[in-house]
Amino acid sequence: MEQKDVLLDIKDLVVEFRTDDGVTHALNHLDLQINKGETLGLVGETGAGKTTTGLSILKLVPSPPGVTVQGSIMFDGEDIREQSEKVMMTLRGSEISMIFQDPMTSLNPVHVIEDQIAEVYEYHQKVSHEKAVEKAHEILELVGIPADRGKEYPHQFSGGMKQRVVIAIALAGNPRLLIADEPTTALDVTIQAQVLEMMKDLRNKFGTSMLMITHDLGIVADICDKVSIIYAGHVVEHGNLEDIFDHTRHPYTEGLFNSLPNLNDRKAMLKPIRGLMPDPTQLPPGCPFAPRCDYAMDCCSKSKPKRVYRNDEHYVECHLYNEQNIKEGGVINRD
Amino acid sequence: MANTGNSSVSDLQKKYKKSGMSRQVWRRFKRNKTAMLGLIIITLIVIMAVIAPLIYDYNEDVIKQNIKEKLQAPSAKHILGTDHVGRDVLARIIWGARASVFIGLAAVALAFIVGGALGSIAGYYGGRVDGIIMRIMDIFLAIPGTLFAITLMAALGKSIPNLVIALTISTIPGFARIVRSSVLIVRDVDYIEAAKAIGCKNSRIIFQHVLPNSLAPVIVHTTLSVATVILTIAGLSYLGLGISAPMPEWGQMLAEARNYIINPKYTYLTLFPGLSIMITILALNLLGDGLRDALDPRLK
Repeated sequence: MEQKDVLLDIKDLVVEFRTDDGVTHALNHLDLQINKGETLGLVGETGAGKTTTGLSILKLVPSPPGVTVQGSIMFDGEDIREQSEKVMMTLRGSEISMIFQDPMTSLNPVHVIEDQIAEVYEYHQKVSHEKAVEKAHEILELVGIPADRGKEYPHQFSGGMKQRVVIAIALAGNPRLLIADEPTTALDVTIQAQVLEMMKDLRNKFGTSMLMITHDLGIVADICDKVSIIYAGHVVEHGNLEDIFDHTRHPYTEGLFNSLPNLNDRKAMLKPIRGLMPDPTQLPPGCPFAPRCDYAMDCCSKSKPKRVYRNDEHYVECHLYNEQNIKEGGVINRD
Repeated sequence: MANTGNSSVSDLQKKYKKSGMSRQVWRRFKRNKTAMLGLIIITLIVIMAVIAPLIYDYNEDVIKQNIKEKLQAPSAKHILGTDHVGRDVLARIIWGARASVFIGLAAVALAFIVGGALGSIAGYYGGRVDGIIMRIMDIFLAIPGTLFAITLMAALGKSIPNLVIALTISTIPGFARIVRSSVLIVRDVDYIEAAKAIGCKNSRIIFQHVLPNSLAPVIVHTTLSVATVILTIAGLSYLGLGISAPMPEWGQMLAEARNYIINPKYTYLTLFPGLSIMITILALNLLGDGLRDALDPRLK
């Protein structure tokens, strides 16, 4: 793979939250890579560090208590960790923008929406307020909201409409990287489909790279090119859609699939992953998933598994695999 | 029949379209009868203060002594009678409103700006900045407001600018506290984070996103503060530390009339300035309460 195609390259990122009650290890040696024009799905449970990853890219991890201990976040060849707050302010919204999880609370209730969208243009393109509002109307039409509703307040919109507004704000700066933090979680299913469809269209139109943070594998299958499975702040399996869906290797990824209802066999019981995420203040010394893993061996609780590649893209970090058996179908065989 | 139905629907839609935040607040406020009464009285008092020079001439009617007509009971010529040196009580009450209203508003406006800025900086940045600002405010709060104003007036000397300064300083801590606490509520809300994520500067976030959302309790506090400040002006003037003679002020009129307080014949001398203070304060409190109800979306 050519280096110049990489837009975002996170290497060995460690983020901790240091509070009086102890140190919470939010991200543990996280690696992530997004190529230009690609969409990466970041999948994991609640508390796995998905949102912290998104905020780290924007350098918005609340500090204190958040501390970035080590690692690098290369965005288009430059390390975000070394950028000053001033530079970050110009990057945010114009190069990188973020769609927040809950559209109900991510709009300011006292301003009409066209002003909230116009803000981005005023900031990053230095245009007059009138011109910015004009542009806001254009992008509103683009996300399927009539421009004359721009004079209304957030409470006059439904949830799906609000999320469209939030997406319009995120896209207004024409960013190269769009971080979507569970953009459809707060919406009902029919609206989810509409919003996703719209996001796909817009992504193709603008050629934006996207980091899709979600816990919904259905969304991943629908919109993503590649998938990283994150567990306890660490990527445990990564590959393209086919690798992950058809050649699942990590027991955790398998667990995620088993937690989905099976449409072909409606009577089948769900098999949720037993137990809970480990306490992020006291991570086990070995594989963090070991206490919940059905395949756990002695070595799992003692040492961290190494990364094993199945092909150029697909890798897994699990003691079950080595260079030989990973290509064969391995222990968990869903091939 | 169908026609009227249609028009009412479109009327409703029009109404709905226009219902911005301030419009809704106004609609809720209008329903509150006592609050409307407060607003009307306050409006009248402010109008009275503004047009006072048109009704009575300051030199001729307000401060010129006319011993021949002293201590006259209310009559057609002097509707509220005359005081111990023959000045028209009504003229002095109307001119007295100027002192209370203008000084009160000036002091509260200054306190609003300074206290609001301190409070929002403390609340938004938190940490050490918050600690330093709020501990200083706590020290001020440890001294009762009126007493503090008296001390300041005694130290600074008697003049109108000093009076404004004394009142402002004693009102700032209350504003700082209330603004800080409402900023704290709003600070961690998603849309503030979203504003950061599109690259907003801190100053813009504070003024565009944090303050407008934390304004409701501050507006209520402002009206109630005006009441307190007007009362303090009256109290200071009564003690001879506020507005100095011969300029009229309600508290000072009470002070001048206190020698005649025992004689029922001269009740009007104390009754009318006292009533002016009472009605003004009452109206401001009614207004404040009404605003609180109108601005609280839970009481829709």
